[in-house]
Amino acid sequence: MKARFWGVRGSIASPGPKTVRYGGNTTCIEIETDAGDVIIIDAGTGIFPLAQSLLRRLPVKCSVFITHTHWDHIQGLPFFIPFFIPKNEISIYGAFDPVASQPIKDILNRQMEYCYFPVREGELKAEITYTNLRERETIEAGSARVTSILMNHPVLDFGYLVECDGKRLFFTGDNEPLYNIYSPDDDYYEEYETLIEMKNKLFIDFVRGVDVLIADSAYTSEEYPAKKGWGHGTFDSCIKLAEEAGVKSLYLTHHEPTRGDDALDVIYSGLQEKYAGPLEFRIASEGLEIEV
Amino acid sequence: MKISQQDIVHLVEKMPAFPKTVHRVIELTSDMNCNPKDLVELIEHDPVMVMNILRLVNSAYFGLAQPITSVNHAVVYIGLNTVKNVALSTATIGVLPKRNEAGFDMEAFLLHSLSTATIARMMAKRMKVPSKDLFDYFLAGLMHDFGKIVFANFMPHEFKIALKIAKENSIHLYEAENEIFDINHAQVGSLLGEKWQLPQSLVDSLKCHHSHKEGKSQIIDVVSAADQITKELKFGYSGENLLEALPAIITKQFGKDINAIVTDLGDVNTEIDNARIFISS
Repeated sequence: MKARFWGVRGSIASPGPKTVRYGGNTTCIEIETDAGDVIIIDAGTGIFPLAQSLLRRLPVKCSVFITHTHWDHIQGLPFFIPFFIPKNEISIYGAFDPVASQPIKDILNRQMEYCYFPVREGELKAEITYTNLRERETIEAGSARVTSILMNHPVLDFGYLVECDGKRLFFTGDNEPLYNIYSPDDDYYEEYETLIEMKNKLFIDFVRGVDVLIADSAYTSEEYPAKKGWGHGTFDSCIKLAEEAGVKSLYLTHHEPTRGDDALDVIYSGLQEKYAGPLEFRIASEGLEIEV
Repeated sequence: MKISQQDIVHLVEKMPAFPKTVHRVIELTSDMNCNPKDLVELIEHDPVMVMNILRLVNSAYFGLAQPITSVNHAVVYIGLNTVKNVALSTATIGVLPKRNEAGFDMEAFLLHSLSTATIARMMAKRMKVPSKDLFDYFLAGLMHDFGKIVFANFMPHEFKIALKIAKENSIHLYEAENEIFDINHAQVGSLLGEKWQLPQSLVDSLKCHHSHKEGKSQIIDVVSAADQITKELKFGYSGENLLEALPAIITKQFGKDINAIVTDLGDVNTEIDNARIFISS
């Protein structure tokens, strides 16, 4: 299978002269299986250029998996042109919202209401289905199997494991490594530590040995203390995860919106010096296509 | 008045939490950088808040392979912000009135629940239960009389009669509840616990704290004993006027004399005073 990055930016689209090489669109990843099945993970603004490319392959039949419903992962969805064309079949998957107690369909459709968008979801011409996913639920998406796992972010957030053609790819969505909210001298410190270890073990087992890991590395370790609890990882935490899980190659994504191309290059050079081990890693850029 | 299981589940969908918690949750959640420890501590001192969090996170929406057994556990699995917003949603339902038409004092009831929870945790610690499991005892103590909140809030007139019958006839409140509702608070609590797929140990404590088979579950034995100690020491009031015998496992460990148990546990009063801050507004 192939994976293509259509959006690698986090938080907000960041076009401009400083983001020409890595790209300014927000998260959208396309996966195309050897049989030609199309799986899209997240619908940030990157889904708009992806939509243009799909118009050459009508009728479109694809599965869209939403990691979570923060704007930078869904904002491009109303501009997903295949929605407007009859005979296209689009299956959308994501988490039920436990706070609003609303299914993924209602959460996504809200951004197509009258005050936000001129066309209501009910007017779209494609055949669209919505499915609320439970954790660890596996969906057969054409020749691929896609399984969800809960990650750590300030909203329910699924990471997705895509398995197809004998290969495995995992995308974290937005994710901050778990940390203990207690101090070592607090009563609950040990209990919390145990809970973190249990969840981490389940997660590492889930992604162990994947061929491609795509991970949220919004911050540097130096920036992280001021952003703790915001729900994002660091370059270092992603490399640590990749090494611990024995993955074959790592792609770092969800670039901080104010970070320009040159700054990302500097970070990459520093990481190459720091981590000289066998792990292959690189910084994801818009337009990058990888053969898994 | 007979009530169906369906009625009970339906009623409790919109159960408000205790006033102090509601006010503090609104206060804490207005600060983007609120301390997670403060939020967890607040939630886990309110039976309604705890029930809502555990009910949600153990629901089919998540389909988690393992039951979530504590507020901290929920924070690790679904994240602090989701827990925070669920707490805020509960807070927006309103508050449980301090006084209700049943004449049941909700502040005194909350003190009884928190005292039972606190004493259960102290006893478990004394019994060398691993620290990572101590909260299970606290939680089982906190929640054991949950069914009474349902009666007091949603069926106050009938509950008033049950309280009166129990007092005048010197029978257990659960016996009076059986007469009036054909179901008692332990059954109501466990019914909800089962419906919401709460951890089995918690469901068992809700169900069996008046009818346990001694030695079958240490948590139930400890909660049952903590319930009696709380009543004896008059920490709050749960509507129950009769004491029950302490489970054998408890008397074997601590002796039969409740005052001696309290002495053995250490500074119970200070611990209960620490819990009182979660009650009065």
